[in-house]
Amino acid sequence: MNSVQTFYPVGQIDEFMSRIGRVLELKGIELAVFRTSDNQIYALENRNPHPKGGPIAEGIVSGHVLYDPLYDWQINLENGQVQAPDEGQVRTFDVKLEGGQVWIAV
Amino acid sequence: MNTTRERLVLIGNGMAGVATLEQIIKLGGAYDITVIGSEPHPNYNRIMLSYVLEGSQTIDDIVLNSHEWYEENQITLHTGVTVTAIDSDTQMVVTDNGMQIPYDKVIIATGSKSLILPIPGHEKQGVVGFRDIADCHQMLEAAKNYRTAAVIGGGLLGLEAAKGLVSLGMDVTVVHLMDDLMERQLDSVAAAMLKKELESQGIKFRMGAQTAELQGGERVERLLFKDGSTLQADFVVMAAGIRPNIEVAKNSGIEAARGILVDDYLRTSMDNVYAVGECVQHRDTCYGLVAPLFEQGMVLAKHICGSECQPYEGSTVSTKLKISGVDVFSAGVFIENEHQSVITARDDWKKTYKKIILQDNIIVGAVLFGDINDSAQLQKLIRESAPMTDELYAELMGTGGCSHSKKKASVETMANDEIVCGCNGVTKLDIVSAIQDKGLTSVEEIKACTGATRSCGGCKPVVEQILQYVLGDGAAVASSQGMCGCTTHSRDEVVAAIREKGLRTVKEVMNVMEWHNPEGCSKCRPAINYYLGMIYPVEYQDEKSSRFVNERMNANIQKDGTYTVVPRMYGGVTTPEDLKKIADVSVKYNVKAVKMTGGQRIDLIGVEKEDLPKVWEELDMPSGYAYAKSLRTVKTCVGSQFCRFGTQDSMGMGASLEQRFERLDFPAKFKMAVNGCPRNCAESCTKDIGIVGNDGGWEIFIGGNGGIKARLADSFCKVKTDQELIDLCGAIIQYYRETGKYLERTSEWVERMGLDTIKAAILEDENNRQQLVERVNLALAQVEDPWQKVLNDEETRTALFGKKVEV
Repeated sequence: MNSVQTFYPVGQIDEFMSRIGRVLELKGIELAVFRTSDNQIYALENRNPHPKGGPIAEGIVSGHVLYDPLYDWQINLENGQVQAPDEGQVRTFDVKLEGGQVWIAV
Repeated sequence: MNTTRERLVLIGNGMAGVATLEQIIKLGGAYDITVIGSEPHPNYNRIMLSYVLEGSQTIDDIVLNSHEWYEENQITLHTGVTVTAIDSDTQMVVTDNGMQIPYDKVIIATGSKSLILPIPGHEKQGVVGFRDIADCHQMLEAAKNYRTAAVIGGGLLGLEAAKGLVSLGMDVTVVHLMDDLMERQLDSVAAAMLKKELESQGIKFRMGAQTAELQGGERVERLLFKDGSTLQADFVVMAAGIRPNIEVAKNSGIEAARGILVDDYLRTSMDNVYAVGECVQHRDTCYGLVAPLFEQGMVLAKHICGSECQPYEGSTVSTKLKISGVDVFSAGVFIENEHQSVITARDDWKKTYKKIILQDNIIVGAVLFGDINDSAQLQKLIRESAPMTDELYAELMGTGGCSHSKKKASVETMANDEIVCGCNGVTKLDIVSAIQDKGLTSVEEIKACTGATRSCGGCKPVVEQILQYVLGDGAAVASSQGMCGCTTHSRDEVVAAIREKGLRTVKEVMNVMEWHNPEGCSKCRPAINYYLGMIYPVEYQDEKSSRFVNERMNANIQKDGTYTVVPRMYGGVTTPEDLKKIADVSVKYNVKAVKMTGGQRIDLIGVEKEDLPKVWEELDMPSGYAYAKSLRTVKTCVGSQFCRFGTQDSMGMGASLEQRFERLDFPAKFKMAVNGCPRNCAESCTKDIGIVGNDGGWEIFIGGNGGIKARLADSFCKVKTDQELIDLCGAIIQYYRETGKYLERTSEWVERMGLDTIKAAILEDENNRQQLVERVNLALAQVEDPWQKVLNDEETRTALFGKKVEV
């Protein structure tokens, strides 16, 4: 486990459209960043948990759940867990909001 | 790391061994596990190779355990490594690359290999077996470069290989020693029906032929038969049988005959060494089919984990041919002797055959051809040595009444640990628990959760019966209501509420109609977004976040996250100037493939997301809407402008219909065709609206479909003038938009509504028709090209297609 996390500023919250994912590359990791309707920001690795892979950023966001764009799997944005009946895990990254500034830790 | 854990080494990374490991892990067996496999792949479903050849599945689809699975279960995996021996003195497994791996227990699961007949010439290039991914690749390669193939062996594997090669475009002859195909599973009647069916699918046969030599230079060129005749073939597949891989056992001093000898607990003659699967010989039998492997694996897993278990006493084998469209099944005894009695039903018109063999009134065998719905039940009856009864006879031979309730009963009496899905080793209990614990209500969900039906699909009827048995009648009612799991309201109730209560946004609909899931799901969000746009064409603000990815991005997403771009070509007609632009853009943006679509368009496949706006800008052509629930294409024939048969200007009419109705949202994708004469070269019969020109006007067809559920279009009406044609198309389109369920194609819509209802609303009620036309015109006045829109909207462009920011 990485004990040291560094938060990087990735922009203002207004730059993230509500319920529409955006792809960012941070320190070599491709992230899918989502702003939910309650104005929370979630950062996940932009890698589909399905064995065939692909992105997740273009999925449909409902509450804190993402319906992945390729296989319609449901992914919990909070912990990256794929919901039943499918199984899988997407890597998540810590996010903090200060004022309007979004910070993501890798 | 817990040092007290015992070390378990699995030799062979195939289905039998890994299925055993899965069972051991399920039973909580605490072992440090190492797997050694000589193929360079993780465990895949060997029996599905036929589908890979046939093209209906890819190698990725048939992988059973991904590398992640091994990691998650902390299994050390060595691929591309072959074990040479087990040294019982030092308790080490020795490999060909010099590894020595200590063990407490070993499982040998080395499977079998194709029996390569030792005839002269068998070592030539172009001669392969059909056993693994490497063989499969060779066959796929061969099909690209060579034309004629011979398959030696008319058994299960040979026929599957032959069908695969035919699908790949090769000219294939099956060479079989006997006079009947699959003579180890079928009787002469079924074999003859099978041969006829396969001949109609393009496979040729040379029966009763013994191959004496494979002739040619370095590469095989022809087969020489014992009777002196020859057969041209530049590719030969040997599928004459399989032979257990017993080298490891032999090198280690473990007793083996044809296979590695094991007792009823799968123990070999060496202490702490077990064997399972096709490499095994148990009570004088070597099995070459999948179901026994799982039965053996289950016993072995329990034994190794120290749980109580019944000994393995052999398996009743059944056979299913994995060729699409050919259903054959056999189990137990398939050719009767004079002490046995036979029940048969043969129907040469429906091409079905059913034979059940009884010995002293006990069901001991069965053969089915054409209709194999009873296969699961028969297999069970044979395994249980069930006696034939009047009820069973009525049920199986179709003279009795209510067979449904009896089928349920047979699922009810099925033992919990009975394997339902032989391909993936899923038991009845696995399925029942999944349904109960995870609240599953469909076969699809059961497939995703347990793996049952995932492979050959043969067990689907049984899985359906189990589902019905567990859920009872309540299930059907619960699942038939509501647009999706988020609500109990149907489509009609939602649309009525939007109109009556004046609901204006997706959120409002969900609030007012008390959705369980406050923001809906991927099914209801796009549907409500569509209904709102259809009801309020002028005012409604389309909700991008409720659009499926393709409609949001205006391009089709591919599995690797790239997109396809299809520019509009009205009526399928283009110009040299446009083609030049398409070529230039394809080169500049490194498009991976350029493909003609089924709707007469050009598809640029593999465009990076960030490049999409630039590609659109440089193409400077309208969007072809290949990604949308909208008018996709109007396909046309050449028509009266050039064709000597043409009676109407199909290209001109096609282009103007496409210009008129493009960009409108529909419940589902929508395809049209216009033909200049009844020869119907543009295939109107499979289109949502198909138009056929004749000397005096046009005939309109609706509800055709060439996709999942093919349906021939119904003749709707005939019109005389072009204006009438355009108006009627508009009225039909609007009526479908207003009454169709989201995602319902016109083929389903016509069936649900009834052709007469649609005719009454549009043809007989002139007033209604005019209003429909007015409403579609109003909706059409609002549309604009989505690609231009993105190019003119910097904010959306950055938000959706913005280049990844390196921070």
